Amino acid sequence: MSQDVWVVVETLRGEVLDITYTLLAAGRVLADGLGSKLTALLLGHNAEGWANTLGAADSVIYVDHAALADFTPDAYRKTIAGVIKEPTPRIVLFGHTSMGMDVACGVSLDLDAPLVTSCQTVRVKDGQPWYVSLTCGGKIVAEGEMPGPTCAVTMIPGGYKPEAGRAAMSGAPPVTKTQPPTALDDLRVGFKGYIEPPAGDVDIAKAPLLVSVGRGMQQQDHLKLAEELAAVLGGSVSASRPIVDQGWLPSSRLVGKSGKTVKPRLYLALGISGAPEHAEGMRDAELIVAVNTDEKAPIYDIAHFGAAVDVLALLPALTEKIKAAKGRGA
Amino acid sequence: MDIAVLIKFVPDLVEELEIGASGAALDRTFLRLIPNEQDDHALEQALLLKERHGGTVTVLTLDTGDVDETLFTAVAKGADRVIKITGDFGEGINNHAAVTVLDTALKNISFDLILTGTQAVDDLDGSIGPLLAARLGLPYVGYVTGVTSADGKIVARKEYPGGLIAEMEVRLPAVLGIQAAEKPPRYVVTSLIMQAMKTAQIEETEAGAVEVRGAAGVARMSRPEATTHAELIEGDADQVADALVTLFKERGLLS
Repeated sequence: MSQDVWVVVETLRGEVLDITYTLLAAGRVLADGLGSKLTALLLGHNAEGWANTLGAADSVIYVDHAALADFTPDAYRKTIAGVIKEPTPRIVLFGHTSMGMDVACGVSLDLDAPLVTSCQTVRVKDGQPWYVSLTCGGKIVAEGEMPGPTCAVTMIPGGYKPEAGRAAMSGAPPVTKTQPPTALDDLRVGFKGYIEPPAGDVDIAKAPLLVSVGRGMQQQDHLKLAEELAAVLGGSVSASRPIVDQGWLPSSRLVGKSGKTVKPRLYLALGISGAPEHAEGMRDAELIVAVNTDEKAPIYDIAHFGAAVDVLALLPALTEKIKAAKGRGA
Repeated sequence: MDIAVLIKFVPDLVEELEIGASGAALDRTFLRLIPNEQDDHALEQALLLKERHGGTVTVLTLDTGDVDETLFTAVAKGADRVIKITGDFGEGINNHAAVTVLDTALKNISFDLILTGTQAVDDLDGSIGPLLAARLGLPYVGYVTGVTSADGKIVARKEYPGGLIAEMEVRLPAVLGIQAAEKPPRYVVTSLIMQAMKTAQIEETEAGAVEVRGAAGVARMSRPEATTHAELIEGDADQVADALVTLFKERGLLS
């Protein structure tokens, strides 16, 4: 066992994903606090060049194999657990993401390591690594020690800017290239291919103003109120997850973790609670205005302005007043 | 194809959440528990697969409170068997403990596929799906938004950021974490649920010993301390609308 900290790198179609840099920034905090080393674990095929962007780590272990070219839970879990086994680090950081969450649980059981998920920040407190996790849709913070000898952790974005983890410490880190420690045949999950997202009617990432709707809209019929407002504003309608899962709007309109990241001049969040999965897609908008009758909704911690009024009462009034203001040549 | 669906009961986030006297867990005295929304999508996906390929759907849940109505609703929607796992879950149990209980209960059930939500809103020690898969030695794919089946294999549509989908071929038996079913969960009228209450039987099984290990402990719970908070606009809807028009004008958003 060592005091070292490991980060499991996430890549998708030739790109290192931003969550990796968030993990490296968090890993740096832990490694510096523990006086230990930060290692980035990169899996792929002919992907050695990507290690150059992992300069926040002290070193990179790169595992190359054709079966690792695209993520699959089976091959990745086997490889990660095998490589990490000797010597076991103090902490292993995964993204709380589509890839990270597919493997973190299995790897933690393989290593017999305690697991804590959806952490937003980490620190070293009295010589012990400490997690701060966001649960219950961002309404509750849970924190505690990361138990040893090895602890597996998944992290959500928001606690550390990816830029902080992108900064090279002293140029490209030394890379150790290796083979998977266990055979990658007889895999039970195979990668077949990618399906591109449907070409949306509107690219919400390019819309200057977004009227974004959430569960508080209550009924599909009410969405036309948001459409009307977006039309007079010259913007588009976007949505949080429940609206898309109900089939009220296509997935091309989804903002957040599995949807788009948007930075419009105005983000008007209507009946959206602001769970971490949503927040990560819109927190950098220039002006965020939230309307939600739940005054304790996490969206109010991100928004610049808010009003705890009924969305359905506000929408027609706001649309009329904007129409009138524009009519006066405002 | 025989499918087992796991439903977890979680705090209703619409209600006020109170932190208990220990300062390290939710106060469960008035806590309202509801079925985890993604688990409802898992049930829907199971019912869609049954409609297309035949087989059975068995729903399992830990008896953490008022679970009967949810189980009868599952029957009304088309589930074949509903099973309530009883035990001492008074203060709630973490996911690591829950999968040991589910593991035991599943020994008496025949299944090709286990479906559950990709995650639950109160998860802190991983999610039920991948933990259970690892314990059972089965493959797992999560963030799934659609499943097709052919020749003893299934193809899961796995969601990545930006709406990109990866198709994964998965050998059965397997566990999938459902992010969203191919269609919104079906609605059933109350009369069908009432009918299920009269005719259907909820099977009960004892949890047996609950193993608790593998989860990091919680030292302290709190409400998030925001570094910033929205400036609140007071007044009724009409006054708020006026204030917003003024704000948008100032920011040059109406030109």
